[in-house]
Amino acid sequence: MSTINKTIDGEEGATRRDFLHVAATGLGGVGAAAAVWPFIDQMNPAADTLALATVEVDLSAIGEGEAVKVMWQGKPIFIRHRTATEIEEARSVNVAELVDKQTDAERVTEGQEKWLVVTGICTHLGCVPVGTSDGEDKGEFGGWFCPCHGSHYDTSGRIRKGPAPKNLPVPVYTFLSDTTLQIG
Amino acid sequence: MAEWIDAKPKNKAAAWLEERLPIIGLVNNVVGVDTPTPRNLNYWWNFGSLAGLMLVIQIISGVVLAMHYTPNTLMAFDSVERIMRDVNYGWLIRYMHANGASFFFIAVYIHIFRGLYYGSYKAPREVLWMLGIVIFLLMMATAFMGYVLPWGQMSFWGATVITNLFSAIPVVGESIVSLLWGGFSVDNPTLNRFFSLHYLLPFVIAGVVILHIWAKKVSDSGNPLGIDVKSSADQIPFHPFYTVKDAFGAAVFFAIFAAFLFYMPNALGHPDNYIPAEPLVTPASIVPEWYFLPFYAILRAIDFPLGIPFTDIVFVEAKLLGVLAMFASILVWFGLPWLDTSKVRSGKFRPMFRWFFAFLVIDMFVLTWLGAQKPEGNIPFYGKIATFYYFSYFLLILPVLGKREKTLPLPESIANPVVKAAE
Repeated sequence: MSTINKTIDGEEGATRRDFLHVAATGLGGVGAAAAVWPFIDQMNPAADTLALATVEVDLSAIGEGEAVKVMWQGKPIFIRHRTATEIEEARSVNVAELVDKQTDAERVTEGQEKWLVVTGICTHLGCVPVGTSDGEDKGEFGGWFCPCHGSHYDTSGRIRKGPAPKNLPVPVYTFLSDTTLQIG
Repeated sequence: MAEWIDAKPKNKAAAWLEERLPIIGLVNNVVGVDTPTPRNLNYWWNFGSLAGLMLVIQIISGVVLAMHYTPNTLMAFDSVERIMRDVNYGWLIRYMHANGASFFFIAVYIHIFRGLYYGSYKAPREVLWMLGIVIFLLMMATAFMGYVLPWGQMSFWGATVITNLFSAIPVVGESIVSLLWGGFSVDNPTLNRFFSLHYLLPFVIAGVVILHIWAKKVSDSGNPLGIDVKSSADQIPFHPFYTVKDAFGAAVFFAIFAAFLFYMPNALGHPDNYIPAEPLVTPASIVPEWYFLPFYAILRAIDFPLGIPFTDIVFVEAKLLGVLAMFASILVWFGLPWLDTSKVRSGKFRPMFRWFFAFLVIDMFVLTWLGAQKPEGNIPFYGKIATFYYFSYFLLILPVLGKREKTLPLPESIANPVVKAAE
């Protein structure tokens, strides 16, 4: 064998050439990985999409027992003015029997229990459940019904029957006054 | 391995080129006079070349459509309507593209089931088979994204449902969905990237098709008897015999294609996609295109979690299990060369197998029908039965059957299809 196999420090095996191979390949690999990242991250929501737009809603126009849909971040938000019966129905449920165990109190603001605010996207595969407008099918539990794959939500927006795994999510919101709601 | 025969063109210019780039030899060896091919291929062997022709039609009509289409949520729907009403022959080219997708899938489904019956996935053709599955998966992705582009109600809600499938993945699911959307819902960024990828993927498919044909050249064509070629008496040149046969098949196939194109161009589509996309209103029922229905039926059939019965312990949530089952229903094909333990390739000599295969074909039609129904009444129950049979065929029946079944005696050779005595 010739000079190729001569080692730097006299030990067998690791040559200067081996070291250069490993160092160059390793650094090249790290560089390639770093170059790939921008091409993946460009797919994530852009800055203008991320700019958290907030939406203000005038609640005075929503009568008892009525509900409205508003758009927030491209998603429908359901705002429901619940009747006393509907609140009672939502509170009398045995939480232990629910698929996604949440009490009604966890899903509304204290003192504003009549207002239920949820994201109107079925947690199964993203359809918009019906039941917000008058005359629409509210499902077996008086809340919402998803026509795509038959999920039933109750008057607290919790999943009660069907394939959806989770309750309708509650977005971040605050009451600016008794009649003004800010989402986001 | 098939022999490679060098072309020796008589024309001087052709010979000059051949010496520098042996492209005439390449064609001759793959679909030409120098391609010895089993002499007994039946009409089920037409659908490979038909699928290739459909890919060409889709690329040509698609490139033209892209010249008139606008990938923006505010303009996409109207630009498609403009193609239909104002662009010269735009209606023809768009209907060709939309129905072409369906006919591409028809050709490919027949091609796949031809392979399933005649054991085309068995040694030495495993890689050839797997490349075919890769093509099929790419086709599904391409077709799905193409259906989103007109930005109708089915476009929007189909995209919403299918992208949401990825939210079933634990922990990172939501982030992946947001990455796919480029936002918090299916919106303009989603439409833009789908258009870009819808333009790209057909060329990727074309690349894998070249690998598919290359693998076919290396392992040779299979044949309806499923026995190896023994001598040149078993073979005939691809050209002119199969070029002519393929051309005749293409004429028949395109006549049916033309009947749809000119007399019922919307028969295979959904009327709701002529309503512009409306993010606040979900259509009464979301139905995928017909070629996705069997897999959609499998997705919906799994509405129960994987866990320990009568306890709250759940290993895999229902939603994730359904998504896994749907992907597994295609990925299981990759394992087929090893799941089918029978030494005999062709279903012609497997009397029991033929029955199970016939049930699989019926099962696929049942799943297609179930996928289009509303999930009410007995439909989910039927879905479970059909899904059970589908997976049983690949994971249970084929492995066991290959070891138990008494197959019929194989003929001596393709040219001499007489069964040897005392066998």
